[in-house]
Amino acid sequence: MEYIVPPGLYAIGYPESSDPVLVTANYKMSYDSVRQSLTGRNVWLLVLETYGINVWCAAGKGTFGTGELVRRVKSTGLADIVSHRRLLLPILGAPGVAAHEVARRCGFSVSYATIRAADLPEYLDNGLVTTPEMRQLTFTIYERLVLIPVEIIMALKVIGIVGVTLLLVIGLLGSMTAGILGLCAFIGACFFGIVLGPLLLPWLPGRSFAVKGAIVGTIWSWLFYLMAGGSGWNGAVSAALFIALPAVSSFYTLNFTGCSTYTSRSGVKREMHVGLPVMGIALVVSIMFLLAGRYLI
Amino acid sequence: MNNFRYLENVVTLHLDESICIGCGRCLEVCPHQVFVPKDKKVTFSDRDACMECGACALNCPVKAITVDAGVGCASGMINEWLREHNIVIINFGECCS
Repeated sequence: MEYIVPPGLYAIGYPESSDPVLVTANYKMSYDSVRQSLTGRNVWLLVLETYGINVWCAAGKGTFGTGELVRRVKSTGLADIVSHRRLLLPILGAPGVAAHEVARRCGFSVSYATIRAADLPEYLDNGLVTTPEMRQLTFTIYERLVLIPVEIIMALKVIGIVGVTLLLVIGLLGSMTAGILGLCAFIGACFFGIVLGPLLLPWLPGRSFAVKGAIVGTIWSWLFYLMAGGSGWNGAVSAALFIALPAVSSFYTLNFTGCSTYTSRSGVKREMHVGLPVMGIALVVSIMFLLAGRYLI
Repeated sequence: MNNFRYLENVVTLHLDESICIGCGRCLEVCPHQVFVPKDKKVTFSDRDACMECGACALNCPVKAITVDAGVGCASGMINEWLREHNIVIINFGECCS
């Protein structure tokens, strides 16, 4: 599939020299959502080369940036096409664009319009005024839901490798039944961390994503214990599960910080400094319990 | 974002109010309303809401704002750490790819 739109200047409707110029990325979904929201209007759309990456991510990487914007303004001859000198940018493009630099280098002033393309019609009708709602970032359950399939696909490889290793090791040292149970417990913990943690995000206690993940992992541990007949296991196996599974879920929910719209890099760093060693220790302790249960008890 | 609060007192965002010229760019670009106008300048209204995207610092024409900006992506940071220590085990995937 093709996710890239050729960069350049596009006309939506029949714009004239006085009509506004909007700027977006050349990720097809960004381009389409802007174009869709502007159906029936006459505006210019300047598409930057972001290599098929959305505005926010591209701004973070700097491809949706001052340099590319200035280059594109010049290469399209925008100054000869429009009579005004104003560019309307998505607010989430601001981490890549220095408005005063753009003005200095190509003479166009930058206005940061809205976060969502869907708000553009109101912004345009509102005399190019951004209301507080238009610059309010959200993270609704739907916005979180659509991110989860990508997260699952990204995690599949690691889950597959760890899962098969788990199955073989437990299968060889214990029994195949135990191996399959271990695999199910592990996959469930991954699933809870990747899916349930992010979905329940605002309702899970605490602020730390790692803690939220450990909570859904503990819920999964109980569910698995009840479903798989945990009362028949020896204590060491139960302890191992209740220690390892929350750690696994915790890791995956912590990983969701990369998708979230409100976590800071410094916060994630702090969580990782504390969280990763704790998760590692939990796994080691869990393995020790399993080995003790197998050979000592 | 009322239901969403991240860790307190971790962000690296700094504002030098003595340099601020009150142009209001930071108010325009911040998606979390971290700043608020005050006496023809700006001040913090909610510093802990900052997600360190760096938009305010980059758009401040007098460099009154500094922040260690970057994407807070755990797997990206793990990969970065593994690369720095020349450990090649497995790629945990990148954000925004």
